Amino acid sequence: MKYVSAVIRPRKLDDVRAALQALGVSGLTVTDVRGYGRQKGHTEVYRGAEYAVDFRPKVKIDAAVPAELLEAVINAIREKANAGSIGDGKIFVFDLENVIRVRTGEAGADAL
Amino acid sequence: MTRRTAACRLSLRAAASASFGALAFSGVALAGDAAPALDAGDTAWMLTATALVIMMTIPGLALFYAGMVRKKNVLATAMQSFSVACLMTVIWMICGYSLSFKHGGFANPVIGGFSSFFLTGLTPDALVGTIPESVYMTFQMSFAIITPALIAGAFADRMKFSAMLWFMGLWSIIVYAPVTHWVWGGGFLSRMGVLDYAGGTVVHINAGIAGLVCALVLGKREGYGVVNMAPHNLVYSLIGASLLWVGWFGFNAGSALGANAAAGMAMATTQIAAAAAALAWMFAEWMVHKRPSVLGVLSGAVAGLVAITPASGFVDPMGALWIGLLSGVLCFFSAVILKPRLGYDDSLDAFGVHGVGGIVGALLTGVFARAAASGGGGGLIDGNAAQIWVQFLGALVTIVWSGAATFAILMALKYTIGLRVSKEIEIDGLDLRLHGEVIH
Repeated sequence: MKYVSAVIRPRKLDDVRAALQALGVSGLTVTDVRGYGRQKGHTEVYRGAEYAVDFRPKVKIDAAVPAELLEAVINAIREKANAGSIGDGKIFVFDLENVIRVRTGEAGADAL
Repeated sequence: MTRRTAACRLSLRAAASASFGALAFSGVALAGDAAPALDAGDTAWMLTATALVIMMTIPGLALFYAGMVRKKNVLATAMQSFSVACLMTVIWMICGYSLSFKHGGFANPVIGGFSSFFLTGLTPDALVGTIPESVYMTFQMSFAIITPALIAGAFADRMKFSAMLWFMGLWSIIVYAPVTHWVWGGGFLSRMGVLDYAGGTVVHINAGIAGLVCALVLGKREGYGVVNMAPHNLVYSLIGASLLWVGWFGFNAGSALGANAAAGMAMATTQIAAAAAALAWMFAEWMVHKRPSVLGVLSGAVAGLVAITPASGFVDPMGALWIGLLSGVLCFFSAVILKPRLGYDDSLDAFGVHGVGGIVGALLTGVFARAAASGGGGGLIDGNAAQIWVQFLGALVTIVWSGAATFAILMALKYTIGLRVSKEIEIDGLDLRLHGEVIH
């Protein structure tokens, strides 16, 4: 099993979610996050007071997937989250030791 | 020419129509029938205008200011407007109205009298001009409410709530009541011929200067210039500014004290000046900062409303257009260019908008007032350049008194109960630490 954690543009979330669902990814956790990478922040001006905003708003999606689905998941995120410019985000992949469903106690791939 | 003399003019008109009615219907002309009578149309408009001006403070100003602060201070900022509205009502009832509008005997040039403390003598049939005195008193009360509430913009995010209440209460008695009396209550400024139709001097210069002194005495907000102090929700400010704009028709057109031609022209000039100033600020900002901002267009509209206030019943539409354009650019310059260079932290630009707009409006009233509307010689436009000097003196007297008395009140409070919250409370936010609440 693999754990995929991807930071993407907020406006791309619906497309990515639909693609992952179509692939059979059975669960997804979405978090509003802020951060920076290569994309620079922006400047806001209020009555002449300039504020540099260093952290951009992004969305982080977390999903646990079977290992054989990993490549398809990565490709789907890359395709759907891609706007072709700096700030499209990153995908982090981890090995996943175990998963346990709280209600039944099922573990491993059965719990996905 | 002030609202007081406007009332005299109205009462004459009402008296004339009352005698005519007596003659026509009874055929008996009663001697002494020249006493003013209640006019239902005037009273209806003044009831409405009073409600509109109250709406300017709650929720208008409360929202305008609350939208401009950070999320942690939204409730505290709205609370200032709301609690000041309540406090000023009671103080006005106890002594403010009397000190502002009743005859002060030998001291009348500088302060009104004690005869209406606790509104003694405010009977149901008492009239001022053609409207009940109860309506007149409440209309004037709505001005006494918004004036101190405007000051709060200067010290947003850092003043103790208790100190704020003490300051507002003392300020309304020591500064607002006498200045109102000087200009509208028969005091020395009205005798000098200062033109202030609806409160450019009494309300806006007065509050703006007090705000500047507050900002200087309290000092900058913690982290000013370093921490991001971007407005939390400019939609609140947009709603607030829009309520101020609409409420301002009550403020300016209501200052005619009747439903008449002067009220109609005051409404038209108010609308024109507000729009012109909003555009002027917007285009100035567009040129300087490359983008036209929402906060900019709102600020410009308020600046125009401030500047037309002293002039609204005295100028024609062209005068209103010029006053709007000039105040929009000058207030933009003072709040956006000058303030950062001078380095004081007038958080929400009580001085930059109300002080500067009030001074610009007072002086331009001396330029654009028409003799026919204002009585006397009008302004420069009608060949009476001396009016600008009179306007300057009126503004100067208000600046000196408001500045000095505000400073004295603040010093008295600073060395007794203290003015500022602790650094720790300021960083945590006033909503939670002063009021025990958060917005969401």
